[in-house]
This record gives sequence, C-alpha cells and structure tokens, in this order.
Amino acid sequence: MSTMQIENVSRRSFLQGVAGLTLSFCLPALAAPAAAGKTAAAVVPFEPNAFLRIGSDNSVTVIAKHLEMGQGTYTGLGTILAEELDAAWKTVRIEGAPADASRYNNLFWGPAQGTGGSTAIANSWDQLRQAGASARAMLVNAAAQRWKVPAAEITVRDGVVSHVPSKRRLRFGELAAEASQQAVPVNVVLKEPKDFRLIGKHAPRKDSADKTNGRAVFTQDIRLPGMLVAVVAHPPRFGATVKSFDAGAAKRVKGVGDVVQIPSGVAVLASDTWSAKKGRDALRVDWDESRAFKLGSEEILARYRELAKQPGLVAHQAGDTDKAFAGAAKVVKAAYDFPYIAHAAMEPMNCVIRLSAEGCEVWNGEQMHTGDQHQLAGIFGLKPEQVKINMLYAGGSFGRRANTKSDYVVEAAHIVKASGGKAPVKLVWLREDDMRAGYYRPLFHHTMEAALDASGKLTGWRHRLVGQSILTGSPFAAMVKDGIDAVSVEGAANLPYAIPNLRGDLHTPKDIDVPVLWWRSVGSSHTAYSTEVFLDLVAKASGKDPVALRLELLGDKPRHSGVLRLAAEKAGWGTPLKPGAPGTRRGRGVAVHESFHSYVAQVAEVTVAADGSLKVDRVVCAVDCGIAVNPDNVRSQVEGAVGFALSAALYGEITLKDGAVVQGNFDGFPLLRINEMPRVEVHILPSTAKPTGIGEPGVPPLAPAVANAIGAATGKYPGRLPFVTAELRA
Amino acid sequence: MIQLNVNGKPQSVDVAADTPLLWVLRDTLGLTGTKYGCGQALCGVCTVHVDGAPMRACVTPVSAVAGRKVTTIETADQSRVGKAVQEAWRKLDVVQCGYCQSGQIMGAIALLSQNRKPTDADIDNALSGNLCRCATYVRIRAAVHLAAKSLA
Ligand code: FES
Ligand code: FES
Repeated sequence: MSTMQIENVSRRSFLQGVAGLTLSFCLPALAAPAAAGKTAAAVVPFEPNAFLRIGSDNSVTVIAKHLEMGQGTYTGLGTILAEELDAAWKTVRIEGAPADASRYNNLFWGPAQGTGGSTAIANSWDQLRQAGASARAMLVNAAAQRWKVPAAEITVRDGVVSHVPSKRRLRFGELAAEASQQAVPVNVVLKEPKDFRLIGKHAPRKDSADKTNGRAVFTQDIRLPGMLVAVVAHPPRFGATVKSFDAGAAKRVKGVGDVVQIPSGVAVLASDTWSAKKGRDALRVDWDESRAFKLGSEEILARYRELAKQPGLVAHQAGDTDKAFAGAAKVVKAAYDFPYIAHAAMEPMNCVIRLSAEGCEVWNGEQMHTGDQHQLAGIFGLKPEQVKINMLYAGGSFGRRANTKSDYVVEAAHIVKASGGKAPVKLVWLREDDMRAGYYRPLFHHTMEAALDASGKLTGWRHRLVGQSILTGSPFAAMVKDGIDAVSVEGAANLPYAIPNLRGDLHTPKDIDVPVLWWRSVGSSHTAYSTEVFLDLVAKASGKDPVALRLELLGDKPRHSGVLRLAAEKAGWGTPLKPGAPGTRRGRGVAVHESFHSYVAQVAEVTVAADGSLKVDRVVCAVDCGIAVNPDNVRSQVEGAVGFALSAALYGEITLKDGAVVQGNFDGFPLLRINEMPRVEVHILPSTAKPTGIGEPGVPPLAPAVANAIGAATGKYPGRLPFVTAELRA
Repeated sequence: MIQLNVNGKPQSVDVAADTPLLWVLRDTLGLTGTKYGCGQALCGVCTVHVDGAPMRACVTPVSAVAGRKVTTIETADQSRVGKAVQEAWRKLDVVQCGYCQSGQIMGAIALLSQNRKPTDADIDNALSGNLCRCATYVRIRAAVHLAAKSLA
C-alpha cells in the first residue's frame, strides 16, 4: 500500500479549516447544476472537507471545483473521490463549487480558480484521492468507536461500513453524525491501482439523465424574478465605439424598457428575449470607426508572409542549422496558413448578474472564477469575495469562456450598472453576436525547411511562425518570456523528433488588433499540423515510410512511440486499403502529437472524389493519458475531438473583410454533420502514470493525419486550413 | 391571445403573432429544455414536434401552431419511443455539453416513430440538420440503433 502523507500543518488545517465553511454554503435552487442535486433530507451532514458532504440520507455529494462544459469533468472528479471513499457510485451526486480560490483553486494555476488547459482531472487527482481517503478513515474510526472494535478489522464497500467478524454493518448516512466528531487524519492510505473499483472501470456520467430530459440548467435557462433580458448592438469592427444612437424605434417595441450605452455598444433591455432582439434590430447606432481595425484576412496574411522572410525571435534551437543546410543534398520547403477560427460553442455566450446590498451574484458557465470575480469587483466597486458565482453547466466552451478579459461577463456587468442595478439582467448573445465578437484562435503563417543529407537522413529543420500572441497583456503574461509567447510555439518548440540541428523562431505582430484566445488545444491546433504534415513531405523526399520515419526519430520518446505503434497496428498500417468507387482516390495518413502531457496518434483513411471533395472514412486513435479515470469518457472525448477537429479542417474559418467579420451564423461557418462523421476507434494505452488531460489532446493530430491521407491519395499535401478541395481535383 | 396545446395542456399566450414558438416555449411558458442555437433553422437545437413531426421552433411563428399539438423534450418520456430513445442515450452516455441533445433526441424520436428500423442512411437523412459542436455523432448513431433494437 502506498501511503501518502497529508504533508504538513497548513495542509491539515486546510482540510480541517474548510469544514465549518462548507456548512454555510448552499446553492440556490436555480443555480443547482443538476436539478436532482437538492439534498433535502440531509439533516446532519458530514462535511470532512471542501469536496464532500455525506447526508444522513446516505447521499454522497461531491463538490466539483471545475466547470462541466462537456468533458465529463463532473463525472471524473466524482469518480476519483468516490473511489477512495468506497462510495456506491449510484448514490454520488455532483455539485458545482462556489467561487472561492482559497479552497477551490486550480492547483496548476497557483492561487486562481478556473478550468482549462485540460487540467481538471490532473490537478485534482491527489487532492480528491486524499479528500476521499480521509473521509473514509473518519467513517471507519466512527464505526470502530461505536462497535468498540479495532479500525483495522473494518471494511468499506459501496457506501457500507462493515465489521465482518461480528456481522455488523452501517451505511454512510448512519455514521455521518459520529464521523463528523472524528479528527481529520494526518496520514491517509491511498489505494493501489489494482484495488480500484471505479477508476478505470465503467462509471456512468452523472449528467446524462438531466441532459436527456431537458432539465439540465444552462445560463440561457435562468429566469430570476424581475429579470430583464439584454441584447446588445455591437460595433461592426473591432475597436469602433458608439458615436451616437437613436433608441426611438427600439423603445416602441412592446416589451422593451431601457436602452443603455455601455463601453462595448448599446444594450436593449426587455422583458423577454424576442422583444430585446426586436428592439436591438430597430436601434440606429452611429459608430465612430476612427480607431477601428480595418484590415482583411488577406492583407494580414500578406503581411505575415512578408514578415516570414526575416528571422524572428528564437524559440528553440539545437546544433548548427545553417551548417546543416549548407551541406544538404536536398532541401524540402513548405508553408502553411491557418485562419482565425471561432469557438462557436452551441450555447452562445450569455451571463446573468444580479446586484444586491451584499454584492453581486452571477450565473454563468463559469470557467475563470477568480479572473471574473476581480473584473466584476472592479466594475461594481466591490471586494472580489462579494462576487458570488453560480457555476452552471456550459453548452460548450472550447476555450471561449476562459476569457482573459472576461469579455461577455464584463459586458453583462456594464449593462447592470448602466441600468442602475434595478433589475437582474440576462445578457443574451445571439449566434451572430457570438460569432462576430472576436477572441478567435489567431491566424498563423508557418514556413518550414528541412535539410536531408545524401543518404536521405534528416539533418536540419527550420520552422518559422508568425501570429498574434494570446498571453501578452493577459493575467497569464508571465508565460511570455523574452518575447516568446509559450502558447504560440507549443507543439513546435518541443518537437519530439531527434533532429541534430534545428531552429524555430517567431514573429509576434503587435499591430493586428483582432481579439484572440485559446481554442481547444491552443498552439497545437496549428503546430501539430505544420510539423506533422511537413514530416510526411520529408518522408516522401527521403523515400521513407511515414510511420517508420517517425519511430526512427522518436528514439527516446517511448510514449509518443507507444501510441504511434498502437494506432498503426490497429489501423492495419502497411496493408493495402480497399479501393473506393471508380474515380475516387483513397489514402491513409498518420500523425502523432503530445499536448497537455497526453499523447495521441491517429491514422485517418480518406476518400477523395474526382471533384476534390473528400470523405474521412475512418480514424483510428491511440491514446496515452496516464491512468484513464473513466475509459469510456476518454473514448467519448477523443471521438468528439475528431469531429471537432475535422469540422475545423474542412470548414472552420473566420474571415475579415476590411476589418469586419464576414461569417455570422452556421451558414457561413458550417459545422461537421452526422453524415460526415467518420467511424472512430479509440484505443487506450494501459498506464500507471498519473492522469493527464483528455479534453484537448484528441484535436491536434486529426487535421495532419487527414492531410497526410489526402497526400497519400492525391500527391498533394494541403498547405492551408481549411482544405481547399478545388485543389484536390483529379 | 393565441391558443396553444403544449405537451397535452391547453395554454393561451399573450404575445405578438410573429414571435417564434421557441421564445414562447422558453420565455413565456418556462419550458427551457428546448434550446436556442442559431435562430435561422441552421442547427436543430430548437427541434420540437408539431403534430408529431419535427419542426425548428426558432423559425416557426407561434401563430402557425395555434390549435396544433406541440410536444417538447419535457414530455418526451411519455411515449414508448421517447422512453426508448432517452434510455439508449443514457446507456451509451451520448451527451457531452448536452446543449444540442434535446434537439437530437426530438429528431431521433420523430425518425423512430416513422421508421422502426432506420439504416445509417436514414439516420443521416433525419439528423444531418441537427448540429453537435461536441461532435457526439458516433454515439448518436449508435443510440438510435440501440433504441430501434429495444423497440423491436
Ligand atoms: S435554433 Fe432553431 S435551428 Fe438553430
Ligand atoms: S453535446 Fe455539445 S453540442 Fe452536442
């Protein structure tokens, strides 16, 4: 048995100190993330720490500090704690934690509470195991005391504490009151993985029921007494401001009340959403565009291409690249373009805020508790702790809600403020507002060069990236070092391949005022593509098999090689592909990439029609994410990531024209449909390593694997995303 | 006043005749299981049944359904097909963020009510207008087949 000490006094007082605090906290009914989460019968709850409450009705409530935005986070967090507690899974309920970074900070983010970077399970692993194990010990001690038997003779299983020799048993609820009297143990014994009964097994999702009967509560569904709905007229270009506006026609719309100017536009408040929308549409706003950003995507890209002709700031280097290229027998070159892309979560951004004498209360698919608390405190002149946040289910995020400027939350606050705080306000972004609001994955241009010696060996590698920085000016600016934004070059600067001479550099244009943000897998959403597609060009130039070349270059990277081998084997790499219908061309492509400390390899099978249109038929994935807390959820996340990434590869593009966003809805920004979804197989590598992320790592390898399959089928390796199918005509 | 029949209950609502059914359901009647995603019949998250057929509530003026039978996700479990579909969805843990799933489920119920043994092509036809940003499509397809099996 491995013993994990709850390290020190501060840790102990952390666990002990929170017991009293949790007593007083209770989410309002509307805010309950799961409608079934109300534990009415819990008379004497046992609250050994900030993450657990056991009711005398045997209910086991796990407090989740992270947002459930689709990734199965609530279920995963609950599983970890329930495992060490030996709770019965069906009695476990999950409740969203309040905003309180002193208890619920993301341990990978220092003092801040929030969800992102595929960290929820990884940073909670030790914490929730300890929380569960320590509560279990207190229940055992309570039973030992009551039965007057040694604690060592007591066993716990499925929420029942037993003393087998005397055939006595009690359910958790029956011991709750006495367990509360026990001291929080200093040492807790954690289970050996072989004894896991939930982790690595099948624990059904906790949100499936409410998300299939319409009861799950999203921000969009909140309705408070007296609440007004706000729809906002935003400027047509980033950086424009309101010059003047005429609210006459808007106010004549039945249901419309106030029309207020806010820093980001003009808000129309109404009794309901449709009236607010009609009012907004009737509004006449004159915009001051003197400081607005007016470049189009084409012009931005042209500038980036120009910049790429000059060296940028060095992000990574090894050996002597210039010498390698000077002595090269063959040089391979390519360039890659990546567009701005919107997150387009299915639930457009929205937020409810109510001001009261005590402070303000927020209902939101909350991803950045601490940052949002500070922003709102600043606007309302409150202390951050006076900003109470109800974390609701989010209808997707993909990075959008973890906004470094709290954009839509701040907008909602300004509306409340401008309307005098009289009524609670629900800010509703219509799809067009959401798609045109910016905070896109930045547009990037990459250039690559590889040097091969006479034997075809890869001796040199140059990689240049041009694109805006996400982190500069954000609360995460410390991750920008010597001018290099770590997330601009992630996935490129840590290239896993053993290449003796390499150099990566970066241009970060400062005069492109398009708001940018992380988008599911962040830098890897473009660096995996350029590096992995380019490597296939190198394989082709050197006459090597793409899998063999990768394995050769991954010598000291066992986890990359492990997933690569498994995906290749399961996909039948090297065996002939069945031919498609006459006139079509078929190909198989591979890519492997590590992101957020998880390793994923994918093999895609693609059919390209004579007109260049393509169908991805099958994607075989191999995943190493450490211990898979919930294997079915790992599969589900990777399946979803494949579809999400394929959507981007086929269609995902936000285009600027004279600074204005062209696309506004799903006609201009199509998403993948069910008929376009490939068959997906997910194979999980067994592991004893601590769990790492799975929300994002399935995304990066997909587009390059598909591109490499297109290359194998047609000889053309796409140089831009989304693919231009016209270029793939037979 | 417009007379409606929603989930078997008569309702009279005092809204402009051009108000989309979606907002009447959500804002007037408090039936928030039906979601808003695009407002232009482009995503399917607002799918409800009108006289048993799937409709996009976001582009259906409330006046157009006066006197017709509107069914939403809230009472999906009151039909045998609806129950089977929900059970299959839960068994396979189809959902991720869940925001599109009311629409997916209403679409699937409409399909299975007409066609007890849908092929993959039938599923594509019936559900290709129901977008899922989380791309839960692999499991949606499997769940429709599973529900069909349980109804057989
Ligand atoms: S909201 Fe009705 S189809 Fe999108
Ligand atoms: S489950 Fe998230 S949009 Fe479908």
